[in-house]
Amino acid sequence: MSVVAIPHIAVRTAPRNLGDRILRGVLRLAALVLVLLVAAIVVEMLRTALPAMHKFGWRFVVTSTWDPVAERFGALPFVYGTVVSSLLALLIAVPLGVGAAIYLAELAPAWIRPPLAFLVELVAAVPSVIYGLWGIFVLAPLLRTWVQPFLGATLGFLPLFQGPPYGVGMLAAGIILAIMVVPFITAVSREVLLAVPNTQREAALALGATRWETTRMAVLRYGRSGLVGAILLGLGRALGETMAVTMVIGNRPEVALSLFAPGYTMASVIANEFTEATSDLYLSALIDIGLLLFVVTVIVNALARLLVWSVGGPVKAIRE
Amino acid sequence: MTPAARRGINIVMSGVAALAAALVVLPLLVIFGFLLWQGASAVNVDFFLHLPKPVGEAGGGMANAIVGTLILVMLAAALGLPLGIFGGLYLAESRDRRLPWLARFVADVLNGVPSIVIGIFAYTVIVLPMKRFSALAGGFALAVIMLPIVVRTSEEMVRLVPSSLREAALALGIPEWKVLLRVVLPTARAGIITGVMVAIARVAGETAPLLFTAFGNRFWHQGLDQPIAALPLQIFAYAIAPYDDWHRQAWAGALTLIGLVFVVSLAARVVTSGRFTGVR
Repeated sequence: MSVVAIPHIAVRTAPRNLGDRILRGVLRLAALVLVLLVAAIVVEMLRTALPAMHKFGWRFVVTSTWDPVAERFGALPFVYGTVVSSLLALLIAVPLGVGAAIYLAELAPAWIRPPLAFLVELVAAVPSVIYGLWGIFVLAPLLRTWVQPFLGATLGFLPLFQGPPYGVGMLAAGIILAIMVVPFITAVSREVLLAVPNTQREAALALGATRWETTRMAVLRYGRSGLVGAILLGLGRALGETMAVTMVIGNRPEVALSLFAPGYTMASVIANEFTEATSDLYLSALIDIGLLLFVVTVIVNALARLLVWSVGGPVKAIRE
Repeated sequence: MTPAARRGINIVMSGVAALAAALVVLPLLVIFGFLLWQGASAVNVDFFLHLPKPVGEAGGGMANAIVGTLILVMLAAALGLPLGIFGGLYLAESRDRRLPWLARFVADVLNGVPSIVIGIFAYTVIVLPMKRFSALAGGFALAVIMLPIVVRTSEEMVRLVPSSLREAALALGIPEWKVLLRVVLPTARAGIITGVMVAIARVAGETAPLLFTAFGNRFWHQGLDQPIAALPLQIFAYAIAPYDDWHRQAWAGALTLIGLVFVVSLAARVVTSGRFTGVR
């Protein structure tokens, strides 16, 4: 009787042949480069923003003088403009986006879902500069001649709707931003809803709930944190959106309560003045604004991802 | 609540949700309509073949900007795609403990970083040392924007490859690296190409990161170390200028750009249609 010799099966442990090791190394390197790239962005921004941070410190974000000639820089009007235009955009975009996602994931007839989802993708694919072009030549005149006079006449007692109707201004920026972020909110919310386990739906339906009741009680409640994440993702987009806003907000560095008044955002001031920055301190101040924007969007996005991941798991890429 | 009332609420809420969906899509139709209306009259042969005329002269075209955008996108693809696809393959296949989670998170965060911030980054690492605006800096900025999209879609597509395929190849004694490169990657090819096209459609329309990297140019491109024209930049410059003829050309440029973006997006769709059930 001969013993069958078992060949080297057990030997196949970690470092195998050379090809495997090389490929593993290359792949790991690619991932490492990605991580290092983001680290490099942080380091570079910090390095170049340092002179302005040194000179102005925390006063930078609470003072509103923007005087390149005298080299006195305060970013308050830009921070204000970014925050107000983004919140205005969310006010419009959240109900629409979540509603559309509910329709796409839960309530729509099956045949309408794929084409509608594709159209939403296309809304997201329209370049920002085209929204801006449309904003300048169509939306702003529309607001100036119809919407703003109407709002002024009916709601003019509120400080939000006072002042001359320019067309361009905070309101136009908010509307354009809403149009731009709503497809992101829709797409991510839809992914979140689709990630809700079917057993949730089946349980509610088996108890006799209607489609809407199922959605409200079994689906939306389950996916709540993911939906908040989707909204935060939209907020992150709105905060950093540049071209369209630059083209319709009016670019005046003032803090004005009225939504009719022109404003300015952090991203637009960088877009408009970066190539004109004549002194090192001016450039550094602009990069400081960029750094602020970067930090805020990273925090918003990180939070959003963790919330979205809490429903669908981290592996599924969220299409935006 | 009576069953009739509950059914009524169900119908009303379905209607409200459908209305929301319609309102989300409406701007697309409105904007596309305006682009056709305003742009079609300004698009002619000159527009595609000629350089911009000097300020004040009517006519001319955006040929240099169209070529410039193609060059910038190709440059971005050359820089960003290999890294992105390998990164995605790593995320899908690696059994490392911490790096995949970190890289995945970093990719998603990078995806959310405003493109103008990426522009500043490209400015400080390429424009400042070179002391001039350049196509290279613009292409680099666009590559950084492409990267996370390519990484994440590649990862997702590689994950969709059935493990039985992998196991069959491994059982034949093929080394793992060959299985990955010759079996897994080709199987996921269609999906990866879709991701690549989505990324290209996205960066082709980017304006903000090009403002102070590629900078724009009113002439044909003169080498990768020189400023280069780009369609979105030209649209922006013409839109905010005070000349009617430039506005007309901005609409024409916008129509061209959106045509480009839509064709690439549609093609991305066609490549994967019916290939994987997992692709939505």
